Amino acid sequence: METDRAKLDNTIAKYGNDRSLLLSMFQDIQREYRYLPKEAIKYVCEKLNIPVVKGYEMATFYKSLSLVPRGKHTIHVCMGTACHLKGAPGVLEAFERDLKVKRGGTTEDMLFTLESVNCLGACALAPLVRVDEKDFGKVNQTSVKNIIDEYKRGE
Amino acid sequence: MVKFKIDNKVVEAKEGEYLLDVARRYGFSIPTLCHHEALGSDGRCRVCVVEVKTRWRKRIVTSCLFPVSKDIEEVYTASEDVKLVRRTVLELLLARCPESDVIRYMAAKYGITEPRYKKDTDKGKCILCNMCVRTCENIVGVSAIGIIGKGPEKKISPPFREASDACIGCGACVAVCPTGHIFMEDKDGIRLIWRKRFELAVCPKCGRYHAPVEQLEFISKKTNVPMEELLVCTNCR
Repeated sequence: METDRAKLDNTIAKYGNDRSLLLSMFQDIQREYRYLPKEAIKYVCEKLNIPVVKGYEMATFYKSLSLVPRGKHTIHVCMGTACHLKGAPGVLEAFERDLKVKRGGTTEDMLFTLESVNCLGACALAPLVRVDEKDFGKVNQTSVKNIIDEYKRGE
Repeated sequence: MVKFKIDNKVVEAKEGEYLLDVARRYGFSIPTLCHHEALGSDGRCRVCVVEVKTRWRKRIVTSCLFPVSKDIEEVYTASEDVKLVRRTVLELLLARCPESDVIRYMAAKYGITEPRYKKDTDKGKCILCNMCVRTCENIVGVSAIGIIGKGPEKKISPPFREASDACIGCGACVAVCPTGHIFMEDKDGIRLIWRKRFELAVCPKCGRYHAPVEQLEFISKKTNVPMEELLVCTNCR
């Protein structure tokens, strides 16, 4: 993906060229491209006069930052204790089977990225699945299909 | 100045000074893996643990990062508790780096020949002491490598796990590495390090390959010494 220098300059300017706000800049770039392009990391670091490796350290440290392109929708399958007991492993497996990706992977059509999380704090709804910002409670193997279809239909 | 005892010997130190420095000044031997006088302390290897007794309690601390205060009454560098903690630390390090002869030798001194824990196979000899990274950043001043990732996947690497534009091939990281993990090879006028190939400069007087051209260019730029002078190796200068 081609990175837009002017846009990156805007992002840097938005945070007042302050290198301590590098994480916020990365988050903005991530929102724009759905991942952190290598060129963007290099460009921002050079502009802020910090070694590229420091930017790369940060990009690999935070789970919310990704170095590979992510799908349009992120599916979080909760694997917390309550969800686990209520059958979350089966739900995750169903997603893996239906989307033909492994945990952490992105579908070929770039529509979904599948991830597991350790607790979303809504244990009463276990097992819980969160797609982007929307929660789906008491998920079973049938509703997995429905969730995927709902987002596929939206395209 | 504060007075306290290390292994029953009275010592004097400034408040705020690190225990390791005080102990070494008085000739006590405390093993370390991530401490270097040019780099200071980082508290990563945890091998330098000692026991500190204050008026209220005794506890185990990392001596390289523990500041002297007037509360300290006594310090033990080799008590049973210290040995136990140090043995565990070395056992864990040995499980991480079973190939390292340095770790194996140190662990053997504490009676560990085989770790009880599952051995890692993908870590090489790297104990993540961070000395190479600190050298590259603070001594060489290029920051070509860093600690990448987190958790079990954490490792030392140049950015994007590929040849770095910042690296000058000086090999300072290799020199400072306590376990000899970092790979560097000089062969037929080419130095290979951190996945990058460097052309080695030939000394015009003795005809010997002596340093990467990129490193000499870096020094020349920094010190304003012309390249022609730097191309002559240190033996012929």
